[in-house]
Amino acid sequence: MTSGWPAAMSDVRLHVVSGKGGTGKTTVAAALALALAEGGRRTLLIEVEGRQGIAQVFDTAPLPYEERKIAVAPGGGEVRALAVDVEAALLEYFEMFYRLGVAGRTLRRMGAIEFATTLAPGLRDVLLTGKVKECVSRVRDGRRVYDAVVLDAPPTGRLVNFLDVTKAMADLAKAGPIHKQAEGVVRLLHSPQTAVHLVTLLEELPVTETLEAADELAAADLRTGAVIVNKVREQWLPDRSVAPAADGRVDAGRVRSGLVAAGLDLPADVVDGLVAETVEHAVRVAAENAAMARLDAATGPRLGRLELPQVLGGIDLGSLYDLADALAEQGVGARRADEVVA
Amino acid sequence: MTPRERRTDPLDVDALIDDRDTRIVVCCGAGGVGKTTTSAALALRAAERGRSVVVLTIDPAKRLAQALGLSELSNEPSRVGAVDGPHAGELHAMMLDMRRTFDEMVHAHADPDRAEKIIANPFYQTVSSSFSGTQEYMAMEKLGQLAATDTWDLIVVDTPPSRSALDFLDAPQRMSNFLDGRMIRLLSSPARAGGRGIRKIVGAGFGLFAKAVSTILGGQLLADASAFVQAFDTMFGGFRERATATYALLRSPGTAFVVVATPEPDALREAAYFVDRLSAEEMPLAGLVLNRTHPVLAPLSAAKARAAAESATGQGGRLAAAVLRLHADRVDLADREDRLLARFAGAHPTVAVTRVPAVSADVSDLDGLREIGARLATVEDEPVVPALLREAR
Repeated sequence: MTSGWPAAMSDVRLHVVSGKGGTGKTTVAAALALALAEGGRRTLLIEVEGRQGIAQVFDTAPLPYEERKIAVAPGGGEVRALAVDVEAALLEYFEMFYRLGVAGRTLRRMGAIEFATTLAPGLRDVLLTGKVKECVSRVRDGRRVYDAVVLDAPPTGRLVNFLDVTKAMADLAKAGPIHKQAEGVVRLLHSPQTAVHLVTLLEELPVTETLEAADELAAADLRTGAVIVNKVREQWLPDRSVAPAADGRVDAGRVRSGLVAAGLDLPADVVDGLVAETVEHAVRVAAENAAMARLDAATGPRLGRLELPQVLGGIDLGSLYDLADALAEQGVGARRADEVVA
Repeated sequence: MTPRERRTDPLDVDALIDDRDTRIVVCCGAGGVGKTTTSAALALRAAERGRSVVVLTIDPAKRLAQALGLSELSNEPSRVGAVDGPHAGELHAMMLDMRRTFDEMVHAHADPDRAEKIIANPFYQTVSSSFSGTQEYMAMEKLGQLAATDTWDLIVVDTPPSRSALDFLDAPQRMSNFLDGRMIRLLSSPARAGGRGIRKIVGAGFGLFAKAVSTILGGQLLADASAFVQAFDTMFGGFRERATATYALLRSPGTAFVVVATPEPDALREAAYFVDRLSAEEMPLAGLVLNRTHPVLAPLSAAKARAAAESATGQGGRLAAAVLRLHADRVDLADREDRLLARFAGAHPTVAVTRVPAVSADVSDLDGLREIGARLATVEDEPVVPALLREAR
């Protein structure tokens, strides 16, 4: 059973999406940005790893370091996208506080910018989260520019390091413009305006990583919002048949007579093939049920739980909208943020 | 030509590992595709077919590590017991300890006093643990060390779960650029270092940049970094030599790269980049392992199966309907996997491929690895779709 989207999520303005590599976190982040934009809202989808994953999911040309409209949501909403480039972000800062002029570009070519971010790995994360914070809190004409921001974050293995800006700040001077900005980032990430959603598959290792990540997040005082179970497959077998079938006990004679009754008189080796597929299916279903039980036992009702179906034909733009609908049906929606900022 | 009929050359894994001239196999690919398991399975199979093998794993899942007898990081290979078979050779396994490998490298290239000084520098902590690329660099360094001992006749290497599968090829160069000291000298004393040339190009901008960097990072960090790079200076030549030697080793004829991917667009895209890059670097590619596929086991089209499921009733009808529907899903999935592979093969027609059907549980013992090894080595010489299925469409 899914427990759905927690009510407290309607106050969240920054949705951080992470997951083990291969769980489909970029796709889920994109679907979430679409779902949150439904009904005339505007959301921003941000990626920070330089992978151009958003462009691939939406099947467009690589994104520049610039907010671009990337999709229209049902009901007049709009999703914009931004691929944050850490070197460009650092140059942006330098431009703001020091007049570098054209030297900035030359420095970048020389590798000086990369060098500076390499020197202090924490600086990279502070710059990236700093840009995210700026987008979340940007106001124009007394209104928030974005109703919600969805961050396609690094995978769970690097997640807490990435979000634990306080630790990263140790790399930086104790004063100065970036330090001040970082303090604002810390406040945002640890506020009720931020939630981290963890994408998982119903497999042993992704579930283990998800549970570990939830613990690490809690220890770092970061809030986990929902666990999003992705690529949930149809389970066709009757529940009571799963365990015996997973053990290899499928009544081939019964399958065969059922097939004949349905008008399919198949050669014995074909029926054997079907039975073998059924056993594999059952083994997987049993493993998925076990994974789900582990999730239930470890997170209980504490965390929201959403499910997204496996898309057999692969993700395209159409199926992205289907996934967004599936999220909306499970309660995902953003509060309209056209209230005047106090 | 429909995608399903496009053939790829089979990758003959047994021929690869049986060939005594194959001395190094590097498994690479995107994160989460099963590189570590593939490396371990290849190594075990090679050992059981008579080779003396060491496998260098990067970050094995707990149960795989246990299966290999690796309960902790040792940074030295340890022997895996139960290698079977009439002609069995032997298998050693190890997990990379990045920090210790780095320490050892420093000790090997500097006199004891200087080595202590380097390791005590706070900045060394940053470089040896969180510098992006350190893990890749150390994996290649360890490979160089293992190869230099000449103890094994086959080394199988897993590569780190990098952001990009290409990182381990670039890491040594990036690390070299970082450590060669030019930048740090420019930043810490831009007036003296770098020479007129650079100052002329960037003009006053560089002074401002240096000031900005030092404002942001703080004087202490720059001072530490500067001291570190200076201490490092004398051993830098040695480092660079090692990196160059390892690079040459990767390009030598005894090395074979195996690119691992799952039938997912992202993983295959990474695999394609990798194949192109290897070819540009003239590095020897053995082929692609397409991991976790779902081949169709019964020749019956999805449409026919779904239609029949609708009319399945009565005794055995419910079971038959479930069987038909799960089969139809599987056909759709296999179709998609074939399309993705066909797209890859279309762009890279000369790359040999082996498919490894998904196993239903994570590997937790050597038998699990043997099973993967057997699947790796199964050579498909026929197109995947049996004739009956093609007729049925």
